[in-house]
Amino acid sequence: MNCRDLSCEQCTVGDPEGPPILRLVGVDKILDGKKVLDHIDLDIPRNRITAIIGLSGAGKSVLLKHMIGLLKPDRGQVLLDGVDLLHLSRKELFETRRRFGMLFQSGALFDSLDVFGNVAFPLREKTKLGEEQIRERVLVILRKVGLEDAEGKFPDELSGGMVRRVALARAMVMDPEIILFDEPTTGLDPIIRNSILNLICRTFHDHKFTMVMISHDIPDIFNWCHHVVVVHGGKVIEAGAPKDVRNSVNPFVHQLVQGDIHGPVHLM
Amino acid sequence: MGAGCNLRRDKIDRRNGKKGKWMLFRVAERVGGRALGATRGLGRTGVFLAAAVWNAVVPPYRGRDILKQIHFFGVKSLFVIVLTAAFTGMVLSLQGYYTLRKFGSEGLLGAAVALSLIRELGPVLTALMVTGRAGSALAAEIGIMRIGEQIDSLETMGIDPVRFLVAPRIVAALVSIPLLTAIFDVVGIYGGYLVGVKLLGLDAGQYFGHMKASVELADVVNGVWKSLAFSFLIVWVCSFKGFFTERGAEGVSRATTSAVVISSVLVLIGDYVLTSVLL
Ligand SMILES: Nc1ncnc2c1ncn2[C@@H]1O[C@H](COP(=O)(O)OP(=O)(O)OP(=O)(O)O)[C@@H](O)[C@H]1O
Ligand SMILES: [Mg+2]
Repeated sequence: MNCRDLSCEQCTVGDPEGPPILRLVGVDKILDGKKVLDHIDLDIPRNRITAIIGLSGAGKSVLLKHMIGLLKPDRGQVLLDGVDLLHLSRKELFETRRRFGMLFQSGALFDSLDVFGNVAFPLREKTKLGEEQIRERVLVILRKVGLEDAEGKFPDELSGGMVRRVALARAMVMDPEIILFDEPTTGLDPIIRNSILNLICRTFHDHKFTMVMISHDIPDIFNWCHHVVVVHGGKVIEAGAPKDVRNSVNPFVHQLVQGDIHGPVHLM
Repeated sequence: MGAGCNLRRDKIDRRNGKKGKWMLFRVAERVGGRALGATRGLGRTGVFLAAAVWNAVVPPYRGRDILKQIHFFGVKSLFVIVLTAAFTGMVLSLQGYYTLRKFGSEGLLGAAVALSLIRELGPVLTALMVTGRAGSALAAEIGIMRIGEQIDSLETMGIDPVRFLVAPRIVAALVSIPLLTAIFDVVGIYGGYLVGVKLLGLDAGQYFGHMKASVELADVVNGVWKSLAFSFLIVWVCSFKGFFTERGAEGVSRATTSAVVISSVLVLIGDYVLTSVLL
């Protein structure tokens, strides 16, 4: 199967009508005296790929960190299957996070471990798999991201794109139910970028999961997701199906989608 | 015109009064803010300490990590400890000899060197050297993990970063720093022997004989307690500073510097407190 985008039938079947897996309700966050999230109300549909787009500094990464409870809202709720993450004990929160995989914008690989060690890390720490099985699983996923030759390299010997791919492999190796990706494709050459998107798509085909992906690949990303959220100034200003967002009448969304230098946002 | 002048002065006075009040509020706000910040910091240190101790004591233990950290604290600090110890013993012996000779009791040199080392200088200087070598590296390493989102990454995998990073280091320090202290003491005593006996011509039997007679088990235990307390202090302060590093490379360098300064000062203060308690 070679999935070119998410338009094929298999990628659109599923259960979009079910209740959203994640809900943010009235979330406010102030960091260093600045309101970074401003009353965010947002639903993340289950078994769907959601893309978050917006300008640099809009609050996308901060928003993503709220979804997994890394940052706590000053006000509002983050509901995972109806349970507020704020009300969980630390132990329960750690248990809940087993359902997640996360790729950080910086990659966040462990400097002291090589590529293999980094990808194997969650398997070694969180499963009872034997070393043999771990090796097998890690090699499979490294092959998928095209890094089977780099297993012995340390993070400081990798290029930016390689770091991102290792981080991607590490985020997916546990087959999580919800994957949060902070810019999985930024800084990659077009061939690798498309292969990564293709990999995400294929994995989605095979085992349905929920994915939230921050991306600057506009408008390409519209072909690779089911749902788009536009964040601006800490607010969600548009959310919906890609074609609706593409045709939005909101002047900011329009400018962002077109990449126009004229519009509500002026830089120079 | 006179009336107009008065009116204006009235206005100015009123404004100044308002300004004074405003200033007062600002001062109160700043003092209050500082106090709140300090209390929060203190609370955070306490919570961090409690979490670290809990995770160090309650199984499962991370054996391999503990061994790795023992290597980091112990083996890697060995050279600098041996070097410092040798020279400390030598200078103690040299100074001690001239002081004791004034009272005609240079024969007590061995006892003086050994007691100073075992009770005081061994634990304190070992702690200071380990702080400089391993404590700074520890703060920087954890600080880099913080700014590189590696600590957040552990959290998202459901791994408690305190258990993973801090607990093995506490155990490793508690094992290796007292051992380093013992090595410091022994090397220092032999450094003193080199100067006292080989250089200044004291009798070797006298050097060791008086030592044996005057050093008691209580002195050794005293030194061990001190070095255990210092080990704990060093890891606590340095890993705390690394753990709560502010953003950016500058944050890491600031965290490292303050980790070393604070642990060194606390070791010296702690030394006084422990000496007065244990004496
Ligand atoms: N830990 C923090 N402390 C203080 N301010 C922060 C912190 N993290 C983010 N911010 C601020 O919050 C705002 C949003 O940051 P965020 O990282 O979410 O942006 P972003 O939308 O992900 O941008 P980019 O596309 O460049 O990654 C920025 O102004 C940033 O300076
Ligand atoms: Mg970001």
